[in-house]
Amino acid sequence: MNILRPLILTAGFLLLWQFLVTLTGAPPYILPGPLPVGHALLDKFPLLLSHLGTTLAEILLGLALGTILGTSAALVMILSPLLKRWMLPVLVVSQAIPVFALAPILVLWLGYGMASKVAMAVLIIFFPVTSSFYSGMRRTEPDLLELARIMGAGPLAVLRTIIIPSALPAFASGLRVATAVAPIGAVVGEWVGSSAGLGFYMLHANARMQIDIMFAALTVLAVTSLSLYFLIDRLLDRLVYWQPRQGMQ
Amino acid sequence: MQAAPDIVLEGINLDFDGQPLFTDLTLTLAGGHTTCILGPSGCGKSTLLKLMAGSPNLDFTGRIRFEPATDSQVAWMSQNDLLLPWLSLLDNVLLGARLRGELSRKKQAKALALIREAGLTGYEDKLPTTLSGGMRQRGALLRTLMEERPVILMDEPFSALDALTRVRLQNLAARLTVGATVVLVTHDPLEALRLGHSIVVLGGSPARVLETIEPAALPPREAGNPEVTALYASLLKRLMNGETA
Repeated sequence: MNILRPLILTAGFLLLWQFLVTLTGAPPYILPGPLPVGHALLDKFPLLLSHLGTTLAEILLGLALGTILGTSAALVMILSPLLKRWMLPVLVVSQAIPVFALAPILVLWLGYGMASKVAMAVLIIFFPVTSSFYSGMRRTEPDLLELARIMGAGPLAVLRTIIIPSALPAFASGLRVATAVAPIGAVVGEWVGSSAGLGFYMLHANARMQIDIMFAALTVLAVTSLSLYFLIDRLLDRLVYWQPRQGMQ
Repeated sequence: MQAAPDIVLEGINLDFDGQPLFTDLTLTLAGGHTTCILGPSGCGKSTLLKLMAGSPNLDFTGRIRFEPATDSQVAWMSQNDLLLPWLSLLDNVLLGARLRGELSRKKQAKALALIREAGLTGYEDKLPTTLSGGMRQRGALLRTLMEERPVILMDEPFSALDALTRVRLQNLAARLTVGATVVLVTHDPLEALRLGHSIVVLGGSPARVLETIEPAALPPREAGNPEVTALYASLLKRLMNGETA
């Protein structure tokens, strides 16, 4: 049943796609059908894989750095009320800036290489990770903190044993969101300026009217993003083993 | 464990939401005995317990002393079991030692012995979510006892349990806390009469001690004990009528 459902959904999606192509009579340079895209996927598979390697590295590095920076920022805000008063407004205001608008500036500053794309992914995931982890820690059951105080626990022991584990379910939700949006950051960064990666390859194919290749790249990107999401989802379920499953079933 | 001290409250004044909760409240709770504090909801029973626990969030005047003074403070048990859902039953029982960096084989052996005594052998590695309400509260009781504190403060620890489980847990608690100064806040007159060496009835606004009952038999007393039955009937009647002693 678990395998059957996605198979039926995929088959349904492909049929709908083909139906739309037939119904609208759209030319292949506007909307190619699933079959030409499948051909392009097989034809260009080694090239697609090599571009995927670049994009995946950007996504994973962005996720790792964004998670480290986000959790660190949340910990700093929990540990220092003074720093929190300065950081919280900056964090909230930073969300008013559309991150995509920063992409050209990042490319200008960090170059056409991987750094600007990783920075873009980091910027996108920093807020969900920070805010979910921070609010999770803040919502620690007050009675638990009182119990720990009565037991004579030091602040670091309380943080390690009670506050951080209490916040893990909320942190996991934030990281799931981050995993879903990190590929967007990497690809937008590639669109603005790059010489490798699936985003770059899509633009490259688009400029040459190779729309089937563009769709093939998009398919690879979607499958990769979904796989990454489910992998992280499973890992988080293990990390927060005491909670009922939260992610997509 | 150190000698169980008396708890002496002198001239306690405390306001809650602009209303006086206690005005010049003075009360002495006997060391090594179980004192049940009984009273209607909102009369300040739990606040009194938090005062004894040294809660930093309460703004009061007056003095709270332990006589003789003790180095180690109190142990606490509440209605909510407060078991950490990510720790096994054994690790929850050892929470205090873990938080203070005092984990040792000796502590672990003691925790296992307590678990055995509470009839929870075989559940040491289980997570709290897999245990019944009664088992979880037994775990909370063991965590409290592991602290080996001379003073044990209990805030309605059995009120969320079904009747049968409650009686079993009351008996276990009475057996395992012998010798400690236990203060047990409850709104259940029968529980107070079964478990307390003395029962302090609080009431009024601001709250004051309406009466202190000291049944002759030693706790835990059977619910069918004639003394308990007689006291229960008269106490219940007085509480329902809001009468003073």
